[in-house]
Amino acid sequence: MPTVKEPETEVIDLITETDTDVLCYHCGTPCLAETIAIEDKVFCCDGCKLVYEIINNNGLCDYYKLQSHPGLAQIKSIRNDKYSFLDNEDIAKQLYKFTNGDYTIVTFYIPGVHCSSCMWLLEHLHKVNEHIIESRLNFTTKEVTIHFSKSKISLRKITELLATIGYEPYISLDETNKKKSKNYNKQRIFKLGVAGFCFGNIMMMSFPEYLSSKAGIEEQYAHLFRYLNLLLAIPVFFYSASEFFTTAWSGLKQRILNIDAPIALAILITFSRSIFEIATNTGAGYLDSMSGIVFFMLVGRVVQERTYKSITFNRDYKSYFPIAVSVVTQNGIVSKMLSDLKEKDVVQLHNDEIIPADAIVLNGKPKIDYSFVTGESEPVTVKINEMVYAGGRQTGEQLTIQIIKPVAGSYLTSLWNHYAFSQNKAVKNNEESVLHKLSKYFTWVLFGLAAITATYWAIYDPSKIVGSVSAMLIVACPCALLLSATFTNGNLLRLFSNNGLFLRDSLVIEQLGKIDHIVFDKTGTITQGSNSQIICSGNQLTEADKDMLAAVVAPSKHPYSKWLASWLGTRKKVELSAWKETVGKGIDAICDGSRIMVGSGDFAGVHKDKIKVDKAAVYVRIEQKLTSFHFMSVFRDSIPQIIPALNHRFSLSVLSGDNDKQRSLLEDLFGSKSQLLFEQKPIDKLHYIEGLQQKGRSVLMMGDGLNDAGALQQSNVGITLADDINNFTPSCDAILDAKKLVLLPGVMKLAKAGKYIIGLSFFVSILYNIVGLYFAMQGRMSPMIAAILMPCSTLSIVLITSGLSSIWAKKEGLSLRTTE
Amino acid sequence: MSALYLLVIVSIAVAGFFLMAFIWSVKSNQYEDQKGAAIRMLHEDEVNKNLF
Repeated sequence: MPTVKEPETEVIDLITETDTDVLCYHCGTPCLAETIAIEDKVFCCDGCKLVYEIINNNGLCDYYKLQSHPGLAQIKSIRNDKYSFLDNEDIAKQLYKFTNGDYTIVTFYIPGVHCSSCMWLLEHLHKVNEHIIESRLNFTTKEVTIHFSKSKISLRKITELLATIGYEPYISLDETNKKKSKNYNKQRIFKLGVAGFCFGNIMMMSFPEYLSSKAGIEEQYAHLFRYLNLLLAIPVFFYSASEFFTTAWSGLKQRILNIDAPIALAILITFSRSIFEIATNTGAGYLDSMSGIVFFMLVGRVVQERTYKSITFNRDYKSYFPIAVSVVTQNGIVSKMLSDLKEKDVVQLHNDEIIPADAIVLNGKPKIDYSFVTGESEPVTVKINEMVYAGGRQTGEQLTIQIIKPVAGSYLTSLWNHYAFSQNKAVKNNEESVLHKLSKYFTWVLFGLAAITATYWAIYDPSKIVGSVSAMLIVACPCALLLSATFTNGNLLRLFSNNGLFLRDSLVIEQLGKIDHIVFDKTGTITQGSNSQIICSGNQLTEADKDMLAAVVAPSKHPYSKWLASWLGTRKKVELSAWKETVGKGIDAICDGSRIMVGSGDFAGVHKDKIKVDKAAVYVRIEQKLTSFHFMSVFRDSIPQIIPALNHRFSLSVLSGDNDKQRSLLEDLFGSKSQLLFEQKPIDKLHYIEGLQQKGRSVLMMGDGLNDAGALQQSNVGITLADDINNFTPSCDAILDAKKLVLLPGVMKLAKAGKYIIGLSFFVSILYNIVGLYFAMQGRMSPMIAAILMPCSTLSIVLITSGLSSIWAKKEGLSLRTTE
Repeated sequence: MSALYLLVIVSIAVAGFFLMAFIWSVKSNQYEDQKGAAIRMLHEDEVNKNLF
């Protein structure tokens, strides 16, 4: 091997991509060049410039005054006929909120809304187009409601207008049942308001009764206060408490004693006994306690029922698919709704569009990205006349395909026919919950105690039977149990959401606490969504350079050389005339007359300061041209941190739709105990989870794409990891913000702690109950004692549950406040 | 002591008024968008250029 000259000592400056900090006037992205500009304002791309022009021409430049760089980068341009399907009146009609033929109201969800400038622009749309009458943005839900004149401007035009100014709406027809649940929540708020009002006033008017001496208050006032109390208790009993009665009744009809049954019984008995006492003028009743219990239990339920306004948990493949596709017919290209798509239809597919059903390629260069459907990370190149499957995304040029299977019968969508999707997880979780099981026994124990009390008094003093038994049933109301659970879960839900984990409902907490096995999906969950592991900067290599580089690194055993070799792939063979590797430094070679050096910065002759700033792993020098390579970790940043933390508390598995190219990397990370499975189809993942469950494991599935939908559904808890929580996520129990993944071990511990906290606060409230029962069974329960016990026990429950769960969260390193 | 009758009625009436106000505020969607209103009130029809 010929000797190689020492490298030249001169210093070569790296060519940096951005030498100054010129930021795009519209979106704030650093500009590569200053060529796209209007007057002194520089833009990163023509898209941003166009948006500026529209805004400027309409005198809306205050947009830029409220916030600097408020826009969103417009690099991805919007295809001309992307929204042509909105010209189809049948589709457009489903989006209208109101129309009288001309005056029309429509609401769009716009994920890009983020600042006060967004709001200002979206509420001044009438200045951009005079046919838009009014527009109003709901900042929390990111929904803009637009009033417009349909005869003068079409829905498509409005959508395109929104898209060109950078606020592309997310259009889906699948969210019609969303409105219903919101109204239902309001009903509960009204009930709470009424209960609070009545509770406060009843308490106030009961004070004379509590504070009066043995002789009692003056007759006339006693009557006034008692009857006013009764009047105020009526709306509490018939309106605010109605949901306890309806749930208890629907449970009884199915022969189930749910937690609401003993509560409804207690409320009923308290109310009727109070009426009896007031009517017979024997006492003041327990209306204050009754309305208090109803009020606090409603508070608990409102706290527990947290709704996240811009998150949807129950999406299926339909909201991932396009609403309409361009179908080629004899009369030209028509947009057809997905549900009207038939076999043999010829569909035109553009770049970035999703294949709606299994089809055969007729024309074009198909390069299909199946990563969301199967978990394969590399796009697949398909030939003409071959099959393409629903859910794949075309990358590259336009494609013509012919549908061969209906949408519902496709390979991907058939997963939804599996029985795992037919069972209602919320109902199942409810049946498995401790609260549900406890409430069954609770009622029977209660009846047992009541029977004992009744027998006892029947022997000694029959006149006291009714009084003591009813008092007992009142005091032993399981509201403490219910309150413990609702307040703990409510506070945990709040803590979780502050830390980036959004749960579908509070029942998921209990399931999360039981988990003993965690299954990870690979592509998109453990690894980043994209597969780029190497960033190359400086001089960009030509194809000829790459051929040479491949030849140079091929013989080397160094890991970096291997990385480079796998990144370069198979290339044209080039002869090397000299090759020498210095261990720990790099390779020096001559190829085709050019000197090539691959190695550390010192070795390649890069200036020390440059190395410090650049921190590249490998430098490549071909003659005088320098390229630096950064190796990105294949995994998400927090994965190497959390896996060891989870590994000794849970058993772990990895399911990948991809091939086993990364097996060794995963084995290093997960250790030998964990099971790693590759080339798993969506249905395989589901079956794997099912198998674990049959072995008695409680399984948490972490996934991200539609290929995990079956596994997420089958698992005890399915968490979707999302880089942007507003983006499409498959149906799941919880959504975890990918940036907060590092908190997962802490979150799991907190969920487990929830059970203990509920237990402890229940124990404390039982102590109160025992005191209450002590008085009640002796027939000495006075309204005064009831009125002291009830708020005290409630207060201690609230303090214990919220205090303990917050302390615990802090211990696990979770933040107590919202961090945005 | 008969003033008590009046006081009781007045106090319940005042509390009832607040209950009504609460129900009205929920019904008219005032709790639907709590961030938006705070931002909207800072928007002027025309931002005065001299202020910036």
